[in-house]
Amino acid sequence: MAETPERVGLIVSSSPHIRGPEDIPRVMWTVIAALVPAGLVGVHFFGYYVLTVIFLCVGSAVATEAACQRLRGRPVTVNDGSAIITGILLAYILPPSVAWYIPVVGAVFAIAIVKHVFGGLGNNIWNPALAARAFLQIAYPTPINSDWRILEHPGALQNIVLTDDKGQLVGAITRATPLFKETGWETYDYMSMLTGNTPGCIGETSAIALVLGGLFLIYKGYVDWRVPLGFIGTVFVLTQVLPSSVETPWANDPFYHVLAGGLMLGAFFMATDMVTTPLTKKGLAIFGIGCGLLTVLIRFYAAYPEGVCYSILLMNTVTPLIDRYTQPRLLGGGKTAPGGKG
Amino acid sequence: MGVDGTLKSFSGGIHPPSDWKSLAKDKEITEAPLPETAYVLTAQNIGAPSKPVVAKGDKVKKGQRVAEASAFISAHIHAPISGEVKGINFRPHPVTGARTPTIVIKRGDDDDWAPGLNEETNVDALSPEDIRNLVKEAGIVGLGGAAFPSHVKLTPPPGKTVDTIILNGAECEPYLTRDYRQMMERPRQVVEGLRIIMKCLGVTSGYVGIEANKIDAYDRVKSVVGDDPNIKVELLEVKYPQGAEHQLIKAITGREFKPSQLPLEAGCVVHNTSTAYAIYEAVKWKRPLIEQLVTITGDGVENPGNFLTRIGTPVETLLSLAGMKPDANKVIFGGPMMGIAQQSIGGTTIKGTGGILVMREAPSWESHACIRCGKCVEACPYGLNPSYLSIFCEAENFQGAMEYNLMECKECGCCTYVCTSKRPIVHLIKMAKFDLGRQRAREQAKQRAKEAEKQVVASK
Repeated sequence: MAETPERVGLIVSSSPHIRGPEDIPRVMWTVIAALVPAGLVGVHFFGYYVLTVIFLCVGSAVATEAACQRLRGRPVTVNDGSAIITGILLAYILPPSVAWYIPVVGAVFAIAIVKHVFGGLGNNIWNPALAARAFLQIAYPTPINSDWRILEHPGALQNIVLTDDKGQLVGAITRATPLFKETGWETYDYMSMLTGNTPGCIGETSAIALVLGGLFLIYKGYVDWRVPLGFIGTVFVLTQVLPSSVETPWANDPFYHVLAGGLMLGAFFMATDMVTTPLTKKGLAIFGIGCGLLTVLIRFYAAYPEGVCYSILLMNTVTPLIDRYTQPRLLGGGKTAPGGKG
Repeated sequence: MGVDGTLKSFSGGIHPPSDWKSLAKDKEITEAPLPETAYVLTAQNIGAPSKPVVAKGDKVKKGQRVAEASAFISAHIHAPISGEVKGINFRPHPVTGARTPTIVIKRGDDDDWAPGLNEETNVDALSPEDIRNLVKEAGIVGLGGAAFPSHVKLTPPPGKTVDTIILNGAECEPYLTRDYRQMMERPRQVVEGLRIIMKCLGVTSGYVGIEANKIDAYDRVKSVVGDDPNIKVELLEVKYPQGAEHQLIKAITGREFKPSQLPLEAGCVVHNTSTAYAIYEAVKWKRPLIEQLVTITGDGVENPGNFLTRIGTPVETLLSLAGMKPDANKVIFGGPMMGIAQQSIGGTTIKGTGGILVMREAPSWESHACIRCGKCVEACPYGLNPSYLSIFCEAENFQGAMEYNLMECKECGCCTYVCTSKRPIVHLIKMAKFDLGRQRAREQAKQRAKEAEKQVVASK
């Protein structure tokens, strides 16, 4: 035996030498799977054009991700599924009849500006899809907020059917959300709202499809139940107790508020985005409740009928602050908070 | 407290696959052949290294002291075999990698104990001081891996009271089965060891904590304990790191103390079951610590097993005993969670070597930016924020890392195991601690130089 041992090509690395099964692609592709039911419902009620919108969003998001990563000299990781999720989520919060270029602009903005300008996956402050939606709302207010038209698939949807002079069907108009108050528009029954047979964006109308997907993610451990429960629960409670400044038939109907608009999609798929939400359980609970509170405040006291998008974006903004005050408790006492030596 | 209401446990932690233990679990203790040459490192414990007391050409007998403790937190080292000292060379330390003076002993013809050893004592007649001395004489260190000198643990500092002794039979590291075999084949000695420790510290409350996947060992230890009212055998949830001091004490007594504190803060002393065996051997039979029960396991060896080896045995000898496969590419001292990957198989065992894990096709992982999934925060059994720590350490923002209690991290590896982004969190933390240590040393040196300069100026 040699006194000075020679190397024999062994791998030397830090412990631990084993790792758990979770990785980024596994999480992302599971989320994609959980999003499928809501998309199928969208296709069913709004027609095949929504598939075009989804593909435009996903295609643009993936292409932008690859381009940004190449420009930044980083490995191209489009297979991890994260850009695909952004694309799908963006499509789900766009009008079913949206013109082709709007999804493209939105997806490029989401990935290039909201995600990669801040450093790519893991470093973005805001949910890319939601920030893109907010951007589109300012850039294209009319097609996003009103003037929704579905030409090819008016059958199943509860909407205003347009006929020509001879009574021939030429199309149908849907609108942004069941929360939109306009004369002549009625409220919707709970069953329609559960199945998704209501006006709304591509993937947000079916509470059942979204809850199914969301529960699956909770079961897989990728979504913490505190967020959707805190979010939906807060909306449910506050819409009962707070007086609304807008007079609507559904003003103090908590079930209507919970089922309408983007709440379910937001609570299960947007407010649960790992990157843009707090780290700890306590932080996530605060995040969910904060989203619910802001949603109700916007719906009741602002000029805009829907509040989910902005409430989540605002809570994303304060996520580092929430993190700061919800650090885990150090074993044996004290906090891990900045400066906290316990 | 436990998940099903009966098993004791702690919060945080992880559940790595449990079937890896089956590789060596049922392999009875086998005596490894004596090494032709033993390489006895003079740094085998936490604390100060030991000072050689033999020189080239000396004849030594098994159990004879060859290096002595150089401080309070230090331990004597004994000849693992009888033979002749061939010299004192430098060899790399299997844990730190540092060049370490090593006493090289070539085996002689006999395997006889040095005089005065291997004699039965009357334990009942021994005073706590006698026990401490015997343990110190035997050079016993904690055999769970940290290798903390055991006589120090038997000497509580003034002002600290100990009311509970816990034997750690959790063996929560995947793959390792050494403590299980110890409890299966030597339960009487292990429990006697516990009684000796309790006697030494004047404590009447003793526990043996065993993970629920070792129910046979639990039964066996329990039957040995019999109706002793002072010793309780507790079944613990199978969860890593159940056998770490903080988690074991929390599970059994409900007491908490800070990660950087010693169990003494909670009035507890924890010893590994294998250490208890060694203490029994030292006190009852005056046998110094020259043997170590080592699990050699993993998919990189043909015959995994639990081998009784002399300390200082070349790793190569042990691996050929277990049949290292030609395509094995990772050799780890210890378990897969906290073990130290070896640069080569040219090293030797030390007192703290309780397991050698050999992996085939050892995986490597590509790491990504943290996606803030929060799994690490959930898994950290010490209540740290590994996500923030890894980001601070990666950016070499040591101030930030310190604010988030970098120094409280015990490097158990739970965070890194669960990390969705496969970030090398423990590695980053170790590097930061290392850099901080060097930074401090530099500052201290600078300070000393300044003071020396002042003195020179003043003397002029």
